[in-house]
Amino acid sequence: MRDVAIIGVGCTEFGELWDKSFRDIFVEAGVSAIEDANVQGGKIDALYVGNMSGGRFIEQEHIGSLIADYSGLAGFHIPSTRVEAACASGGLALRQGIIAVASGYHDIVIAGGAEKMTDVDVETTTDALAAAADREWEGVMGATFPGLYAMIARLHMHKYGTTSEQLASVAVKNHHNGTMNPKAQFQNEISIDAVLNSVMVADPLHVFDCSPITDGASAVVLAPAEIAKKFTDTPIYVKASAQASGTLSLHDRPDITTLDATVAAAKRAYKMANLTSKDIDFAEVHDCFTIAEICAIEDLGFVKKGEGGKATIDGMTAIGGQIPINTSGGLKACGHPVGATGVKQAVEMVLQLRGEAGKRQIDGAEIGLTHNVGGSGGTAVIHIFGR
Amino acid sequence: MKSGIVSYGAYIPRYRIKIEEIAKVWGDNPNSIIEGLMVYEKSVPDMDEDTITIAVEAARNAVNRANVNPEKIGAVFTGSESHPYAVKPSSTIVAEAIGATPNLTAADFEFACKAGTAAMQACVGMTESDMIELGLAIGADVSQGAPGDALEYTAAAGGVAYIIGKENIVAKIESTYSFTTDTPDFWRREGKPYPEHGGRFTGEPGYFKHVTSAAKGLMERLGTKPSDYDYAVFHQPNGKFPTRVAKMLGFSGEQIKPGLVVSRLGNTYSGSCMMGLAATLDIAKPGDRIFMTAFGSGAGSDAFSFSVTDRIDEIRNGAPSVEELLANPIYINYATYAKHKGKIKL
Amino acid sequence: MTVARFWRRLKNLYNLIGTHCEKCGEYHYPPRNLCPKCRRSSRTVPFKFKGLGEVVTYTIIHSSTKDFEKQTPYILAIIKLVEGPRLTSQVICDHNDIHIGMKVKSAFRKLGEESDKGMLYYGTKFVPLGSRDK
Repeated sequence: MRDVAIIGVGCTEFGELWDKSFRDIFVEAGVSAIEDANVQGGKIDALYVGNMSGGRFIEQEHIGSLIADYSGLAGFHIPSTRVEAACASGGLALRQGIIAVASGYHDIVIAGGAEKMTDVDVETTTDALAAAADREWEGVMGATFPGLYAMIARLHMHKYGTTSEQLASVAVKNHHNGTMNPKAQFQNEISIDAVLNSVMVADPLHVFDCSPITDGASAVVLAPAEIAKKFTDTPIYVKASAQASGTLSLHDRPDITTLDATVAAAKRAYKMANLTSKDIDFAEVHDCFTIAEICAIEDLGFVKKGEGGKATIDGMTAIGGQIPINTSGGLKACGHPVGATGVKQAVEMVLQLRGEAGKRQIDGAEIGLTHNVGGSGGTAVIHIFGR
Repeated sequence: MKSGIVSYGAYIPRYRIKIEEIAKVWGDNPNSIIEGLMVYEKSVPDMDEDTITIAVEAARNAVNRANVNPEKIGAVFTGSESHPYAVKPSSTIVAEAIGATPNLTAADFEFACKAGTAAMQACVGMTESDMIELGLAIGADVSQGAPGDALEYTAAAGGVAYIIGKENIVAKIESTYSFTTDTPDFWRREGKPYPEHGGRFTGEPGYFKHVTSAAKGLMERLGTKPSDYDYAVFHQPNGKFPTRVAKMLGFSGEQIKPGLVVSRLGNTYSGSCMMGLAATLDIAKPGDRIFMTAFGSGAGSDAFSFSVTDRIDEIRNGAPSVEELLANPIYINYATYAKHKGKIKL
Repeated sequence: MTVARFWRRLKNLYNLIGTHCEKCGEYHYPPRNLCPKCRRSSRTVPFKFKGLGEVVTYTIIHSSTKDFEKQTPYILAIIKLVEGPRLTSQVICDHNDIHIGMKVKSAFRKLGEESDKGMLYYGTKFVPLGSRDK
């Protein structure tokens, strides 16, 4: 097993990209990653792409072949694989790419993610996303995605005293970070009051507690660490890649307020990297809803269980705080094109660790962690990166 | 006859709408409506309730009341004029939901408001002939009345289930007698949402002719008279008709009182008479005799003579009584009512 | 939701029938092919739950998919049945009354319909354990 590095990154704008098709966005992200990596197309050995629901959103399956073809790489007969794990599709695609390089099977690999969500109406999107939950036993009873996380929030509030204001502070912080990310879907400040006064989606989650519907694509180029410097002066190294599954449905989760897939994946990741949660300087975590970020920072070990709300509202996870979380704006403000998010998180890692994060740059960041979740916690995938 | 009622169960949805609420919308005088119909509120189903859910709840109450083994039920017949499917029986869903499948026969019945009692008669035929051990007859409806029509004041939702058998009976069926003619007093065409009716024609040529003929026919056959009965239950499309027909036949106001639930419930169509019977069984004593005559438009009447056994006291408290189901209602306004009844075109 | 997929589960939905592993004694609703604890050495048999339980957590859903739009706002909850397993269902009660720990019992209700000419789906929801109960 050899070490792996990221030698190039690329990302489209995230938002409602009416003028751009699915083909437009993944080509844009892929080409900019390859250019950033200084790599020749012919040298790419394999492609992994995360995409949750091409079938429901654009009536297209066989995404692997589509991407290979439209990136001009089908001519080289490149092996191209689509990976799906609901909202963790991107993180899993990244992990598959890392495994391919680490194992020695391939040398230069592109791992990307893309989702085009706005070509269908909101109800269809909501229904497509509901497939990340248990369709037979949660969906049939009228469970929606926000509904499931709302139930986590309700119990978290009951057990630990977490408040709606604390939930809102996650969105406020991430929006603030988004104002400094030119690729983010939302680049406006919001206040706690604005969150609490926004329309209720599933009590206690308001619409501003929920990540939006977004189009976007991201890509990274992976290479064996030993040759990374041939391509870039600032390779960013993968210190750990870990994945875990959890119960598909929320009702079968041993502790409804803990995503034990996150806990399990984090344990594996820290072990692999020989680190603890205290060694992580900053992280991109899966804030599909504000409560998800609160549970994430607890389940990743940055704070004790139940203290995530207080930690956030006290500023612990702001830029300049003890452990900045979601400097990209997170899923909430940067946007959440489902299959792309896990890869975008890695892109943010690279920009921060290279010192290229502009106005949202963290000082002295050495070790970063990405955390990508599928559904209400059926899959969790964690990566740790360093310089 | 050896057959009788082994158990019974009723179900009434929680919601009610007052007559005044409906009158307000259509510009009618609520006091004259209430006086004329002797009804002051009616039951309304929840958004996720329909004839099938009501039939299942009533059937489950019947099964639980006497701890009946559902596997012994050999027939399930559900009578309604608002079956959710025009083709596909409500009875199979009921049978599945009470654990009576698969060794049984099932079919749905329709005869306006007497579909449930017709189902009872069919069950009696099958138990008397030993074709089956137990039969389940249900009358349930989410009755429809066109917005602004007189029927809207009384068309209500509810259901009642009777388990018929020969052993462990709580009320013996002494006899049953029916009077049927082709009389088009009230109907609903296939595919149409609301029924049509002949106005005052539904009274004398419809209700009164058939109820009195069936009632007299039964009493003649049995050699009984009204004073032989402790209680009487008549089909109750409103409070006026059963009160008048009781008088016409020689039954007293006291006899029909426990079974006259329509003023607080409305007309549950196929469940109407059967609900009155259930309310009567809830308070009847061993040895009491009950006279019942149902009416269904189209038209026909089924008359029954029951005598209550000792066993009624043993099983009576095994499921909610009609009074308990009528208690603690949730009142709604016309807009909510229209939404629940699907009257708003979406 | 196709006809066959609903039909396969209708006994479970109508009558709250799950599974019981006779090897380790655990109860599961929804039903399981394999007991998660015993896996291949599972001895699972069908089991009919009483329908009694309590609310573990809940939400009030205001914005839903097309299938459930007409019913909003409705209460979605995770309910722990007295026999042990937890399930997801709706609770029909006054929205001001729902609370964690509320005791509930099963009720037979319509879950939805495929379309105005499609199949009707029935199943189990929950109502407060209270005055109408024996």
